[in-house]
Amino acid sequence: MKKLSNAQIAWRAAQDLPDGAYVNLGIGFPEMIAKFKPEGREVVYHTENGILDFGEAPPAGEEDWDLINAGKKAVTLNPGASFFHHADSFAMVRGGHLDVAVLGAYEVAENGDLANWSTGPGSVPAVGGAMDLVHGAKQVWVVTDHVTKDGKPKLLRQCRLPLTGVGCVTTVFTSLAVIDIVDGHFLLREKLPGMSLDELQALTEATLRVNGTPKDLIVPEL
Amino acid sequence: MSRVYSSIEDALDCIRDGMSVMIGGFGGAGAPIELIHALVDRYKATGSPGNLTVINNNAGNGAVGIAAMIYAGMVAKMVCSFPRSTDPKAFTDAYLAGKIGLELVPQGTLAERIRAGGAGIPAFYTPTSYGTQIAEGKPQAEFDGRMYVQERWLKADVALIKADLADRKGNLTFRKAARNFSPLMAMAAKTTIVQASRVVEPGDIDPEHVVTPGIFVNRIVEVANPQQEEALLRGGAK
Repeated sequence: MKKLSNAQIAWRAAQDLPDGAYVNLGIGFPEMIAKFKPEGREVVYHTENGILDFGEAPPAGEEDWDLINAGKKAVTLNPGASFFHHADSFAMVRGGHLDVAVLGAYEVAENGDLANWSTGPGSVPAVGGAMDLVHGAKQVWVVTDHVTKDGKPKLLRQCRLPLTGVGCVTTVFTSLAVIDIVDGHFLLREKLPGMSLDELQALTEATLRVNGTPKDLIVPEL
Repeated sequence: MSRVYSSIEDALDCIRDGMSVMIGGFGGAGAPIELIHALVDRYKATGSPGNLTVINNNAGNGAVGIAAMIYAGMVAKMVCSFPRSTDPKAFTDAYLAGKIGLELVPQGTLAERIRAGGAGIPAFYTPTSYGTQIAEGKPQAEFDGRMYVQERWLKADVALIKADLADRKGNLTFRKAARNFSPLMAMAAKTTIVQASRVVEPGDIDPEHVVTPGIFVNRIVEVANPQQEEALLRGGAK
């Protein structure tokens, strides 16, 4: 079945970035969203390690390794950037000053619970800033494949893996759909046009609610 | 009384077995490589200081910095938020072999615990980790209809910090995102030891530009042209 690539999921999420927003993009996949920000919208990016308003990666060979993002990748500064220490950085996060945080997910539950930091015993646990980010930003978005690598639902009635946060996710952008979390339920906003609601529901453990007709999820070839 | 030491070894001579050591830096940015490696060299030569609790956001990368401390066997426990890196072998092997302890702390909670330690606040409530494994066993309370988790301050015997400029009275500036945890750790340690790229006269740093005031700094040593951990790793340092 056709599904969106990660770049296309990132593109779709980027279309919802509000003008003037302060945004934290999680390490890895969510970072791709910056590339697809619509022209003319001003977005200021925050990174946990103490920079507001960083820009793209510098050309190879021009990296300054004291100027990195939370993924330890070299970045540049936009005019108007600022540096601050870690306590101020997480005051921005927990204090409700960020507009949007975007993270990846192992599992999302219909009440907005998120599991994205631990696959359980037997590995080295690492949480980073995720548990703080999910409780601070006004909107918490997840970008993810709709199902696991072996085809099992990731959008569940209840998470089975250790939680990152309770009731924190507001919107999920998947490879098949855009789903808002409203009053403890998945509310389908958009789905791929080639797919029926029943087909989508079969790949989703929790019930998808629909308010009217869901819009078509249409993205460019990337 | 001068805080400025002429040798790194003398600046570090107060560090003993079993101490807790905060080490500034996030990844390679702000890692005080020369201080760390002088401590590793002392441990290799004398067997001390060992059995250390090290507090940092990460748990070492490659074989330099904190990873070198772990390989040397001088770290009993890490307190950190993210014990993974591009090359986390030093910590991962020691952890899976049961040779090193881990206290995993969410990054913002780690920062605030250190800030609280330096600010004389024994505990605080945060929304972070509510409803997760990290909150198990901790007091929880409702404020204005929302649940919060109590976290305690974090202090240390020593902090090792990398600054850009230091004046002889201990006022510090930092370079770009190398600031990260360092101003907080400088507040939270009994003895704060700073390596600065340049030590200048009082008054040479504009008071408007001081990031860490000298009251939080005990010992300063000049390390001109300091090594940068990420640059070392990318240069193939072993």
